Amino acid sequence: MQAETGPEWLSEEVKTGTTIIAIEFKGGVVLGSDSRVSAGESVVNRVMNKLSPLHDKIYCALSGSAADAQTIAEMVNYQLDVHSIEIDKDPKVCSAATLVRNISYKYKEELSAHLIVAGWDRRDGGQVFATLNGLLTRQPFAVGGSGSSYVYGFVDAEYRKDMTKEECQQFVVNTLALAMNRDGSSGGVAYIVSIDEHGAEEKVVLGNDLPTFFDQ
Amino acid sequence: MATLIVNQPPVGGFSFDHCKRNAYLLGEANKVGSSLPTARKTGTTICGIVFKDGVILGADTRATEGMVVADKNCSKIHHISPNIYCCGAGTAADTEMTTQIISSNLELHALSTGRVPRVATANRMLKQMLFRYQGHIGAALVLGGVDCNGPHLYSIYPHGSTDKLPYVTMGSGSLAAMAVFEDRYKPDMEEEDAKRLVRDAIAAGIFNDLGSGSNIDLCVITKGNLDYIRPHEEANKKGVRTGDYKYKRGTTGVLSKVVTPLNLEVVEESVLTMDTS
Repeated sequence: MQAETGPEWLSEEVKTGTTIIAIEFKGGVVLGSDSRVSAGESVVNRVMNKLSPLHDKIYCALSGSAADAQTIAEMVNYQLDVHSIEIDKDPKVCSAATLVRNISYKYKEELSAHLIVAGWDRRDGGQVFATLNGLLTRQPFAVGGSGSSYVYGFVDAEYRKDMTKEECQQFVVNTLALAMNRDGSSGGVAYIVSIDEHGAEEKVVLGNDLPTFFDQ
Repeated sequence: MATLIVNQPPVGGFSFDHCKRNAYLLGEANKVGSSLPTARKTGTTICGIVFKDGVILGADTRATEGMVVADKNCSKIHHISPNIYCCGAGTAADTEMTTQIISSNLELHALSTGRVPRVATANRMLKQMLFRYQGHIGAALVLGGVDCNGPHLYSIYPHGSTDKLPYVTMGSGSLAAMAVFEDRYKPDMEEEDAKRLVRDAIAAGIFNDLGSGSNIDLCVITKGNLDYIRPHEEANKKGVRTGDYKYKRGTTGVLSKVVTPLNLEVVEESVLTMDTS
């Protein structure tokens, strides 16, 4: 007779089944994420902000295991603090992404989290880096998380180079709304962060303010 | 020749497949006079809430060991520092030792900095320790307290992820308690309303979850004041017996008495010394 330890979701790892997206525009980047954190079939946090600051003008979007992603973000936040004091300047987005990539690659077998790093620096303007599984690649836009599979078609079709900041924000909100509608592990509210040379601006779009599409 | 086997992916929700079989088995069992075994669970209900002046933590008091209640009145609200308390769900030993270790480290840290410890510090220490053990320490915690930056409430999961929220629930009764919170929580509640809300949430866990039970403990933390109310309410009092099966001496009258001594002799005597080392 096996010992019953209660419903499985009690002992299941907490995951951020998620939709995250980051887009580069002329003069900066826009990051977006949903807010659902699940443990098995139960939602444990419906308002989690998955856009975590690594530095004043560099943010990262978390997905995968909540513990792994939070820990990586906090470690890189600390390492970037030290680094920026050492060089006496604001760090480059590429440095932040490299630090994230180093952790993801070294502990590749033990960790299961994917972070998208995006920000603005003086040298190269707005940049988006994907660090899945330990690779480091700069892209004009990146999507991640379980909900991203549902919107690859949408972003591929709708993305245009050199959008304005407002167009980018609208694009991100539309993508998140579509993904949250179709993915069971994404939902809640949408968090948007826009970073340019003036700083980072955080915004929340509540559930009923999200754009609606064709819905029978 | 190929056979069509349709693989059905597991679906959520209730499955009524075995209802007919169970009803038949129940009938058969009743025929011979026995009954079917009932469901067993282990667990807890703990919760926390931020109100106008501080935080309130609540917990039930049942500790289970497999299918038996090991402790009907155990204390699940642990002291971390005079202004920070922590409720623990999961393996009782893990929550107890983890909170004691962090409480001790936090006191040393506070002496070193010369300041009242902050809730965020306790949160960092707990999450870093739990992440280091990769979820093998089964401690799910609700950490709450008041420091120089105001009242704070965190929920900490065994793998090391944390959430900072205005109201949290944990344990097997967490869904029942969360239902009460989602219905009635308002920001900046008064202390009496908040205490009633936490009491109702824990009661929902106690009465609707098999793994939670007994009494309700409350801990109210405000700036400069701490109320550790144990028990806040004895939700499950042991009943009083209305009758007695024992008969008083003299109920049965004695008619006659005969005494017969037994002659016994010692056949064998062996002494076994007890190992008291």
